[in-house]
Parts: sequence; C-alpha cells; structure tokens
Amino acid sequence: MLLLSFAMLYPILYVIFASFSDSNAFMAHEGLLLYPLSPNTRSYEKVFQNPMVWIGYKNTLFILVVGVSLNMVMTTLAAYVLSRKKLKGLGVMTFFVVFTMFFSGGMIPTYLNVQSLGLDNTLWALILPGAMSAYNMIIMRTSFAGIPDSLEESAKLDGANHMVILLRIVLPLSGSVIAVMILYYAVSHWNAWFNAMIYLRDREKYPLQLVLREILIQNDTSNMMNDLSSVEQGSISETIKYAIIVVSTVPILCVYPFLQKYFVKGVMIGAIKG
Amino acid sequence: MDKYAEQSVSVRLKKNKIYLLEAELKKNWLLYLMFLPIVVYYLLFAYKPMYGALIAFQDYEPMKGMAGSDWVGFRHFIDFFTNYYFWRILKNTVVISVSTIIFGFPAPIILALLLNEVTNSKFKRVVQTISYIPHFISMVVICGMIKVFTADNGIIMDVLCLFGVERQPLLNNASAFVPIYVISDIWQGVGWGTIIYLAALTNIDQSLYEAATIDGANRWQQTLHVTLPGIEPTIVIMLILRLGSILGIGYEKIILLYSPLTYDTADVISSFVYRRGLQELDWSYSTAVGLFNSVINFAFLILANAISRRVSETSLW
Repeated sequence: MLLLSFAMLYPILYVIFASFSDSNAFMAHEGLLLYPLSPNTRSYEKVFQNPMVWIGYKNTLFILVVGVSLNMVMTTLAAYVLSRKKLKGLGVMTFFVVFTMFFSGGMIPTYLNVQSLGLDNTLWALILPGAMSAYNMIIMRTSFAGIPDSLEESAKLDGANHMVILLRIVLPLSGSVIAVMILYYAVSHWNAWFNAMIYLRDREKYPLQLVLREILIQNDTSNMMNDLSSVEQGSISETIKYAIIVVSTVPILCVYPFLQKYFVKGVMIGAIKG
Repeated sequence: MDKYAEQSVSVRLKKNKIYLLEAELKKNWLLYLMFLPIVVYYLLFAYKPMYGALIAFQDYEPMKGMAGSDWVGFRHFIDFFTNYYFWRILKNTVVISVSTIIFGFPAPIILALLLNEVTNSKFKRVVQTISYIPHFISMVVICGMIKVFTADNGIIMDVLCLFGVERQPLLNNASAFVPIYVISDIWQGVGWGTIIYLAALTNIDQSLYEAATIDGANRWQQTLHVTLPGIEPTIVIMLILRLGSILGIGYEKIILLYSPLTYDTADVISSFVYRRGLQELDWSYSTAVGLFNSVINFAFLILANAISRRVSETSLW
C-alpha cells in the first residue's frame, strides 16, 4: 500500500526535484531522482522571465472568472426550473437539455458554428460554447429537489415569486453544491486547451494551457533563452520544462486537498443519480 | 351523438386546452422566463451544430454556405468505409479502448478493496488524497510529463535501459503507444475511480462479515465471498456504461501524444476527424466521419442502457 501510493506520487516528486536541479547536473544524471541535484532556481527565473507565461495566466484568469460566473448563473437557473416537480412541460424541457449529453453535432459542425457566430479568435469562443454542462446541472437539480417543499410553499403564501424563492431560500440552503459546481467548472476551465488551440490565432490571447502545450509538447523553449549559449540552452530547456509543469500545476494542487471533500461529494450526488 | 355535437365537444376541448395553457403561462411565466436563456444557449450551441452536421451529405464550401452547397447523399460515408484508413482507425480505436477497459477497469476496484482493508483511517485518507491528485493535473501537463519521461534521456528510458531496451524516444515507437496510453490512463484515473466503489463498500451489511468470521472465513475469503458480491451491482453498471462508450476515445490525449510516426497504432476516429477537418479543411468528409462516430456511440449507449436495465434494474433514464 505504502509502495503503491509512493509509485503514484513519485512522478510528481520527480518533476519537483528535477525543476530545482541544476540543469547540467541533471543532464548528466541517470536513473531515479530522490532529491534535487545541486539545487538552484535558475529554471524558475527563466520561466518567470517568459512573458507568455504571464499572458497565459492573465487570460486563464479572465476565462475562469467570467466563465465560472456565467456557468453558475445558467446552471442555477436550469437546475431550479427543472427541479419544480409540478411544472407543465418538465419532461420536454429536461429531455431538451439531457439529450445534448448523449448526442452532439460533432467537432467540425461545432467549429463551423462558432466561426459563423463570429466568435473565433476571441476569448468568448472559450466561454460561451461551454456556458453550462448538463451533467453538472443534473447534480445541482438533484440537490435542489432535496429541499423540503414546505419551505417553498410558505414563502409562496407570503407572496414570494420564484426568483425570490431561488435567491432567498434555495441558494442559501445549497452552500455545498454551489461549492462543488464552482470547483468543477473552475477546474475544467483551468485545464481546457483544445478549444483555445482551434479558435485562437493571436498569441496574446493564449490561455496558460496552450502556452504549456507549446513548451512541453512542441518543444519550443527558445523564447525563454535568447541570452544563453547553445550548449547551455540544450540542458536548461529540460529543467525549464519541469519548472513550468510545477508553476502551472501548483495553484490547483495547493487548493485541492482542502476542497477534496467537496469534489468527492459531487461524485456521490452524481452517482446516486446515474 | 350526432356529428354537430361531436364537433362542438372537440372545439370546447381545444378551447379548454388553450385556456389551460394560458393559465399555466400566467401562473408560471417567471419560471419559463428563467428557462429562456437555457433554451437559447442549447439551440445556438448544441442543436444548431446538429443541424450543421447535415453538411456530411453535401460538398460543403464555406463561401457558398449550406444553402448553396451541392448535396451528394452518402458519398462521403462510402468514401470513408472503403478508405484504406478506415480499418486502421477502427482497429486502433477498439484496441486502445479494449486495453483501457481490460487493464484500467479493474484497477480502481482493486485499489478500493485494498483501501477497505486499511484500518488506520488517517493513513487511508492520505493514500486517497495522493491517489486523487493525478485526476486534477491538466491533460497538457500529463502529456508533457509523459513526453519528457519517455524521451531518450528521460527517466523511463533510463529504467528500461537497465533491462536492455535500446535508447530511443519511446513516443516515436508505434508499438509502445498503447502501453504508454493505458498505463498513464490508469495513473490518472485509478484514485478518482475508487470513490464510487468505496461508497458501495460502505453500504455492505456489517453483520455479513460477522457471520463470515464465525464461519471461520479469513480476510481473503471474506473479500471473495462478502465484499465482492456486495459491490457487484456497482461493478456491473460501471462496466456496462464503460462498454457503451467503446468507440468514444477522446481526441485530447491522442493528439497531444501521437505523431506521424505512430499513426499506425495511435490514430483513432476522433483524431482522424480532427486532422481531416481542422488541419486539411476537408469539412464535409470529416463531418461525415464524425457523424458516423456519434451515431454509433449513441447506439452503443442505448444498447448498454437497455442491458443495464435488464441486468440490474438501474439505467441512465
């Protein structure tokens, strides 16, 4: 068990050790790494000197804030309406949303659609097409449906309309499901890269993941090392990759252990439904 | 009843219906208004592309638009089925999918059973936390890690060298692609996958264990005869649902990891669609391939759901 969890954790540790290692020592080293080799932070300096990393962070932050806000408004509205058990047309409305989970137009028509709406090469192309997720909506609806009807009935007698009931009664009682939703949406925006790759052309609009892709997958570390000799470039480009993995993953990994129970709760609500 | 009376009844019924609809709208107009943005969103971003998928039956040219392009019936589908690449991508899709199921499906069950045997709850929580971590690392970073690890000077190559494997960038080797994909997939998903099984485990009646202990069953026998049957329904449902998406291999990980050198084993339906459509701008053809894939996936899902309903009385809808 101990061995198993170590095996699962080791790749992450290795990345951290490598990122703090001296690039030449690291290149000369073979095999497992149990501690940073002649530790220094030069790779990190190189990463933070790269303007693209900052641009990426800024764009991702914008997408995160605007995207999650929109997600929450849409999901809450849909979940509230679809949790009214006596509403006429409920079946049709639910089907209308749920059907999209199982069938879609496909990658190419979706792309052409975004293009025809004039959203390509804007950050909105990364926000609007994913304005809500039917799966998350179901989780939230399940939670809303669990709120006792009597509360709602008594509010109605006091003359409250549905908007008031939603804002004053349902939402204050749904703290944990709201937390789950915000987390799910935030993680998915943080990790998304494919839409950015196909829709964005200007580099100053790139979110962080796309910047990472350039460096990690396409092997392009050149604009971080203009001032170095070519020998040095070859070796430090390796440790730069490890450093950038750490820089981009740390924010999520830092908050995650504290929020773990909310994530797990989300899976449970979803599983009961599914 | 004569004809006239019959007619007037139906007219009255219709009037009644309209009246009821009006009353419903008057009573719940705010709810319907709240739902309006959702309708607009799904029409614009989900149903409009479904309509747009009809270009699969056209020779779509962006300049002419859908209205102006010629209809060609099933030509693109036939082209695809008779294409040399058809069997290759179908085979790759199935091979990758089946391998992930064979090796990846039991992994979280085994881990959940192991965790269940851990009595120290603090240790258990630490292991769980660690095992969830890879689930939250983005796909780009996962693939970046895979890439540097399997490079010819990467750590995995260092280790494999000890066993006499020739130094090479492992990702350029077509025969290594599936193992790399499957192993990293297990690493990403095993911890997160345990959540649902651990939940099922807590629902097993504790008295069954007591009875088994009295009958002299050791822990292994308890696992075999009490625990496993206890979570069997969950396992069956998860497996059926997983089988339902057998041709639905996502493109994200594939297109981050593959290269022309490994198309032989790595190119799947969705990555093929991506390449033909967005890189070679072959709109109608790639839409046809994508539509074929969507329809098959949908059919599999319905089938899986029907089986699930029969086997376990649990289904998606």
